[in-house]
Amino acid sequence: MIYNIPYIAVVALILIGLAAVIFKRNLIKIVIGITLIESGVNLFLITLAYRQGSIAPIYHGKKIADGSIPMSLPVPHALTLTSIVIGVAVLALMLSLVVHIYRHYGTLDARKIGREEE
Amino acid sequence: MTARDVVAIAFFALIAIFLIFAALMTHPFGELDDDYTPDMDDYIIQNARNETGADNTVTSVVFDYRGFDTLGEATVLFTAVAGVILIFRRLKK
Amino acid sequence: MMGMSRIVKTMTGIAFPLAMIYGLYIIAHGHLTPGGGFQGGAVVASACAMILVAYGSVWTIGKVKEKQLSILESLGAIGFIGLAFFGLLFGAKIFFDNFLVNQNTLPMFNEIGKGVMNINTAGLLPFMNFAVGLKVIAGLFAIVLVMAYATRKGGITE
Repeated sequence: MIYNIPYIAVVALILIGLAAVIFKRNLIKIVIGITLIESGVNLFLITLAYRQGSIAPIYHGKKIADGSIPMSLPVPHALTLTSIVIGVAVLALMLSLVVHIYRHYGTLDARKIGREEE
Repeated sequence: MTARDVVAIAFFALIAIFLIFAALMTHPFGELDDDYTPDMDDYIIQNARNETGADNTVTSVVFDYRGFDTLGEATVLFTAVAGVILIFRRLKK
Repeated sequence: MMGMSRIVKTMTGIAFPLAMIYGLYIIAHGHLTPGGGFQGGAVVASACAMILVAYGSVWTIGKVKEKQLSILESLGAIGFIGLAFFGLLFGAKIFFDNFLVNQNTLPMFNEIGKGVMNINTAGLLPFMNFAVGLKVIAGLFAIVLVMAYATRKGGITE
């Protein structure tokens, strides 16, 4: 079980982010929780790319990288890069929507907005 | 303790139990499964230097072997910038 | 937002060219060392955000309007798609083709071998890195600038 520490870290990040989304009332704290879930998923993608005793997939690096030492799989590195950029785009849109909501309602409480006027 | 709080705690406990069992029962870190051989990644590691001429394997995957995904990602970034500028625009009278 | 004191403004003016050179180095050597278009673009956008924090958003938007940043970002996107469309004209007739490698008419872009680490090695990849880097720099700086200008203190007069 001691060889599964990266997977336990992924589960801890996702659970803390999910607890912040479900149980908190401030809108900014909910946005931070969504970003934590995003970080957990990126860590999981990059954990799947490791082989025993491998180095980074770049030729002519510090060690003599000619194919004698096994290299990590390069495709999950590319998918993680795309995921990070999409996370930045989603965070920018969420924060600008929170600013717009605050200017209209005057409060940041998630249980007081969205009710119909009686 | 309203009914809403009980439903929230039950949902969170269900997902937490599922995720913790999934983390403890996967294969150890660094070993692949028994019947999985990474054919596509071995081909890319062997032949990316002759076909592309780049020393960095990750860049040749991002821009040459999987360039269409990079096009989709550039579109997502463009849409996000357009949305942010649209929200903060003030109409001139 | 308001600017900061004179000491901060002077030191930012010294540190900004160093950070920009570092980011452009990461973009230009994307096919030899770890890095590439997206990573280097994030570094240069952080340097531009440092200028925004030190000098205030009113001064910065007097110098760089958001329309010019929008034009730069569109140029980056058109460059990336245009380079992909060249694969339909030359080389093998498919989309996204690296047609400058393994050909004999232009031997300048064609160096392949062990230990060769020049900039003109990977065919079409450095041009794609520059286009994506320009797009990311303009996009991230536009996001930060518009958000800082729209939420400034002191009332927003039309």
